[in-house]
Amino acid sequence: MKKGIYEVKVGLAEMLKGGVIMDVTTPDQAKIAEDAGAVAVMALERIPADIRRDGGISRMSDPSMIKEIQDTVSIPVMAKCRIGHFAEAQILETLEVDFIDESEVLTPADENNHIYKHNFKVPFVCGCRNLGEALRRIGEGASMIRTKGEPGTGNIVEAVRHMRSIVNGINRIKTMNNDQLMAEARDISAPFSLVKEVAETGKLPVPNFSAGGIATPADVSLVMQLGAESVFVGSGIFKSENPQKMAMSIVQAATYYDNPEKLAEISKGLGSAMKGLDMSEIPEDQMMQDRGW
Amino acid sequence: MKIGVLALQGDFAKHESILRELNVEAMQIKYPEELKICSGLIIPGGESTTISMQMDYIGIRKKIIDFAKEHPVFGTCAGLVMLSTQLEDSRIQTLDLMDITVSRNAWGRQVHSFVDDVSLSFSNSKPFGAVFIRAPKIDKVGNDITVLSEYQSEPVIVTNGKHLAASFHPELGNDTRIHKYFLELIND
Repeated sequence: MKKGIYEVKVGLAEMLKGGVIMDVTTPDQAKIAEDAGAVAVMALERIPADIRRDGGISRMSDPSMIKEIQDTVSIPVMAKCRIGHFAEAQILETLEVDFIDESEVLTPADENNHIYKHNFKVPFVCGCRNLGEALRRIGEGASMIRTKGEPGTGNIVEAVRHMRSIVNGINRIKTMNNDQLMAEARDISAPFSLVKEVAETGKLPVPNFSAGGIATPADVSLVMQLGAESVFVGSGIFKSENPQKMAMSIVQAATYYDNPEKLAEISKGLGSAMKGLDMSEIPEDQMMQDRGW
Repeated sequence: MKIGVLALQGDFAKHESILRELNVEAMQIKYPEELKICSGLIIPGGESTTISMQMDYIGIRKKIIDFAKEHPVFGTCAGLVMLSTQLEDSRIQTLDLMDITVSRNAWGRQVHSFVDDVSLSFSNSKPFGAVFIRAPKIDKVGNDITVLSEYQSEPVIVTNGKHLAASFHPELGNDTRIHKYFLELIND
């Protein structure tokens, strides 16, 4: 019996495709998310919009809070650790969370090194802004990639930028000859073997999801049409006027993302989405996407 | 022959690629009317709570039950949960197509997910590398159910002669034997 190997780690990411992973801070919110059709929940103490507002150091959640959420829902429960904080990740693994997000939403613990994720039985998801960053994280053992976007803003602009950048990066190397790939690997600072694999297959070796600023069913449709296979919704649900309704609509949009008529129906009467932030309102040193490399 | 793959949520694309490898035309099913042109249906792995809810949103539940009177249905993992009759979980309304009692995620959380060899009663040339992910267990089978594979004395592939269900993911990997067996059920 082989546990914690690549097939089962990436396998779980495959099962989450076409679904929505929702940030929740209490068992009640977790229940709302599950009842609305979320494929997984991300258990954290504060959603990104509140982390941004409150400032200070943001860390792994209290294990008892994660445990309560695990006891409440039957769907996978994910949790976040700080970038490079492998001790937090080890603790989360003993709690048997189903996925660990090594996340820029929390304050980084290491400015040079991300976690060596091959050492863990539990799969990891990591954020990225471009193909090089995606392949660095996969090289370290990430089983799923998501765009970073700009968390807690309700503004889709950064997630779109990052998804387009990943897709453009893939298209670029697809048309390259083998003798150009080493230079490309150097230029984007990515492992050569992975650059070669992407050039051959035309896609990332692991599922590619989107996160960071998704607030409406139309946002889901946009990032999925751009190439995302699933979405994470953080502040977008529980900062909206009617979380229950918004959650259900976002789930429906993940299935019918390619049908504008259906999306029109899904988007009706949802109340107001989260207020959101323009990028120009965020001081440069508070950009979460610049955490990690 | 066209095989529908229910594409409401989950790893439906993996089933499509296995079918393509077998030179069978695969078709994503998201709307009730699309079932009409299919000779069989696969319900993939994913989250059964989500799949059950999405079935009701688009109104495909009854259409699948009617379809199953004429045509074979194959469920893997969450798909097996959907095919079952008895489930101790009010979050999911099953399709009642196979007389099996199932508990969800009974092999444990993700850190307990595993790959191991299982033997297939219909193809004993070599073992099948089965990927179990937060897999369900079949606790009880009815009189009309044949067990096609067991793992640690638990049934992991079952059929009632018409429909087929596996608690693991034959769609992950390149071994096409279990999908071939499903295609034979359609041709019978």
